[in-house]
Amino acid sequence: MKLPVKMTINGQSYSHEVEPRLLLVHYIRETVGLTGTHVGCDTSQCGACTILMDGQAVKACNFFAVQVDGANIMTIEGLAKDGELHPIQQGFWEKHGLQCGFCTPGMIMSAYQMLERYPKPSEAQIRHQLEGNLCRCTGYHNIVKAIEWAAEHMPAKR
Amino acid sequence: MATVAADRLFGKSIKRREDPRFITGRGQYVDDLKLPGMTYAAFVRSPHAHARIRKIDTAAALRHPGVVAVFTGKDMTGVNSLPCGWDLRKEKKIPGVVQDLAMVPHMPLTSDAARHVGDPVAVVIADSQSAAIDAAELVNVDWEPLPAVTNTEKAAQSGAAQLHDGAPGNVAFKWEIGDRAATDAAFKSAAVTVKKRIVNQRLVANAMEPRACVARYEDATGDLTLWVTSQNPHVHRLLMCAFVLGIPEHKVRVIAPDVGGGFGSKIFLYNEEVVCSWASRRLKRPVRWTASRREAYLTDAHGRDHVTDAEIALARDGKILGLRVKTTANLGAYLSTFAPAVPTFLYGTLLNGVYTIGAIHCEVTGVFSNTTAVDAYRGAGRPEACYAIERIVEAGARGLGMDVAELRKKNFIPKFSGAYQTHVAVAYDSGDYGAAWDRMLQMLDYKKFRAEQEAARKQGRLLGIGFSAYIEACSIAPSKLVGALGAGAGLYESGKVRVHPTGMVTVFTGSHSHGQGHETTFAQLVADKLGIPIEHVDIVHGDTGSVAFGMGTYGSRSASVGGTAILMSLNKVIEKGKKIAAHLLEASPGDIEFGGGQFSVKGAPGKAVPFGAVSLTAYVPHNYPEGLEPGLEETSFYDPSNFCFPFGAHACVVEVERDTGNVRILRYLAVDDVGNVINPMIVDGMVHGGIAQGVGQALWEGAVYDGQSGQLMTGSMMDYALPKADMLPMYETDRTVTPTPVNPMGVKGAGETGTIASPPAVVNAVVDALAPLGVDHIEAMPLTAERVWKIIQGAKGAR
Repeated sequence: MKLPVKMTINGQSYSHEVEPRLLLVHYIRETVGLTGTHVGCDTSQCGACTILMDGQAVKACNFFAVQVDGANIMTIEGLAKDGELHPIQQGFWEKHGLQCGFCTPGMIMSAYQMLERYPKPSEAQIRHQLEGNLCRCTGYHNIVKAIEWAAEHMPAKR
Repeated sequence: MATVAADRLFGKSIKRREDPRFITGRGQYVDDLKLPGMTYAAFVRSPHAHARIRKIDTAAALRHPGVVAVFTGKDMTGVNSLPCGWDLRKEKKIPGVVQDLAMVPHMPLTSDAARHVGDPVAVVIADSQSAAIDAAELVNVDWEPLPAVTNTEKAAQSGAAQLHDGAPGNVAFKWEIGDRAATDAAFKSAAVTVKKRIVNQRLVANAMEPRACVARYEDATGDLTLWVTSQNPHVHRLLMCAFVLGIPEHKVRVIAPDVGGGFGSKIFLYNEEVVCSWASRRLKRPVRWTASRREAYLTDAHGRDHVTDAEIALARDGKILGLRVKTTANLGAYLSTFAPAVPTFLYGTLLNGVYTIGAIHCEVTGVFSNTTAVDAYRGAGRPEACYAIERIVEAGARGLGMDVAELRKKNFIPKFSGAYQTHVAVAYDSGDYGAAWDRMLQMLDYKKFRAEQEAARKQGRLLGIGFSAYIEACSIAPSKLVGALGAGAGLYESGKVRVHPTGMVTVFTGSHSHGQGHETTFAQLVADKLGIPIEHVDIVHGDTGSVAFGMGTYGSRSASVGGTAILMSLNKVIEKGKKIAAHLLEASPGDIEFGGGQFSVKGAPGKAVPFGAVSLTAYVPHNYPEGLEPGLEETSFYDPSNFCFPFGAHACVVEVERDTGNVRILRYLAVDDVGNVINPMIVDGMVHGGIAQGVGQALWEGAVYDGQSGQLMTGSMMDYALPKADMLPMYETDRTVTPTPVNPMGVKGAGETGTIASPPAVVNAVVDALAPLGVDHIEAMPLTAERVWKIIQGAKGAR
């Protein structure tokens, strides 16, 4: 049995018939073909699949695709606009906030919502807000620096 | 960033050139690959730690919609055991062998018995991933459960469950190094001897990207392409072709594209990639497999798992007279690719540490158990050695009533360059251990800390400091030497420099980057040497189809071995370029010098020709030296003459909460000496990550098996405590620079230092914090709040 599902991802509409048990992350990766969102675990610990859904940073492994019918989703591929890196992406580049790059998309999407909540986060806030994202390469030091850099370089809100 | 030719990039923290694809979600990892006609594999695995296989019924699985095939070990006729690449046998004249290594078979799909939870026994291949997983559930295995043993100390005891006919008593090997008689004599003459049980627990690497592979066989040509999460694609190809599948190496291309971390766990040849390659040939369709995290915990090679009795002999003045070490190393159920090397030649040879020691003797027994195979994990043997030394040195200082810093300082090997012969075979290349130590103490302000600690203790607060003065062996390794020690491989590296007609350069390296940043650091070397903008340089790695050969990345060898191979090829390019330039400038090649991207005549700076003109001439050889081949492309293989030995001094300051046992790291300091540094930002990043993994081992991580059932109790990220951002501090890092004389760049290696140095620093700090309660030793890691709380409750000074 397949069910219809429609959603907007990075400003583009998609509609497919999918198995009800298909996870959103697999829908994004396998059905739509956006492979920047990663799968690092099967217990929703690692955060590599973090995306923005209707403005909320969520783990795409925690939803069935059919469950989020009509959602507006942004993945890592939708963050840079017209070839211009988002300040968070730039921050990760400037401050060497990544090594193997596998956790990076999820880290960046988590940081996106973090900076909406806390435009000038303290180190402790950054560390606490990253509680749902694991990195095995950086020891987090430069991820904290990257997010601090991004906070300093975010354009002022209108 | 300005990258004009005049800038010297060696030593500069330029931003990584690989990052744009990763930060925009355009990395290309194995699981991102989708091929026409692709099938998906799901493995049927043993739910038992040890069980005989009576029968496997695949009929129901085969009937499941979408299933293409189901294979068991019996279908894989003509397929051999996964090889172990390190042979410890007396007849091979391997030094130190007391009992020969038991070369037990390790079939890609086991058909007689399963020997650990997760051991694969069948594979289902289907049109979709979900169909494969569903049908794998339908494979009916008739198991006969057998008694199991998982515990390191119990594995070789009498009465333990036996794993292999070829390994009586579960003993894999016995090995020794050092001088037993001299060590015994040293202990007899000692004023104080201290003996401690030191357990280095089993760990799981946990690269964030789970292992994966895609195998594609092309029937029309007989070519097989394997995309695989590998740190060393040529090694994968060689082992798979020559040993397991018996297929022609030149018809197999192995590609390791973007790989999401390795930490050792992606060095080895695993069952799944062999099975998928074999199945693709059989089915003539591409086969993809990606590990779930649960499968990763059950099947990625684990690390460490040593139980050690360490004993130190000290003179009254604090001089270290002797060190005696007895270790049991758990190798798991099978021999992983390089397993026997880790607790022997990567462990015993490092027990001299940074100290002048009178005599050393070390015995190691490797044992089989019903657990996942153990092999190299970041540091591999060297963290275990460092941990044993740095714990027993502090225990010895306490036994003598001497300050732990003072005792170390008394025993450091004095500054040297060229060679320091240890008691355990290896000769260090260069070292100034006291300098790194002094710098660390200065950053720390040791005196001030002890005063603060004294004040805190008066308030009942448990503050502690722990040190670690480490050394490690990297730049792995001289081929002849490792061959004499049992390695089945040479450990050189290749580097090819292809200069295109327009002066653009492509470099092909046998090293592989899975986070290390080779596309940046290697390009820095090339841009410097040729005097061209870094934008004109591309680094290609991870593809046997384009890279000549390679031994890959592990043992902190990429810059020192892989980088040197590239440097050698660059020198050859320049030498050939000089001949071409001499012809164009009507001078003698001996009079041509090269610098800043220009070939010029010595003493006549006006007479010059740029690099790009020379490269164009090499490919359009109209006006060209007689007898010189056209083209400008050079290949080199570099085989190091020795290991390199990075070292340093780490310190950790902790506060232990008396009521909960929780350990909080207040400061972590690291002064590392990795020789010359190509990109400090990248080296700092590796040091940070290494420290985090070592702190993880000290405080939270550990693979735990249930002693009765043999189930892995820490088989998911819910149960295995990986460090999170809010569990770790900012790291205070600095460097001293003692270049190695082993290679022309003077670079040593930086990938593993943090993981090696940090566990003893953290544990020593906790022991120091608990000293007022009468605690003078802690046997086992991780120092979870629960364990520390129990230690506090049991301490005589607690009430």
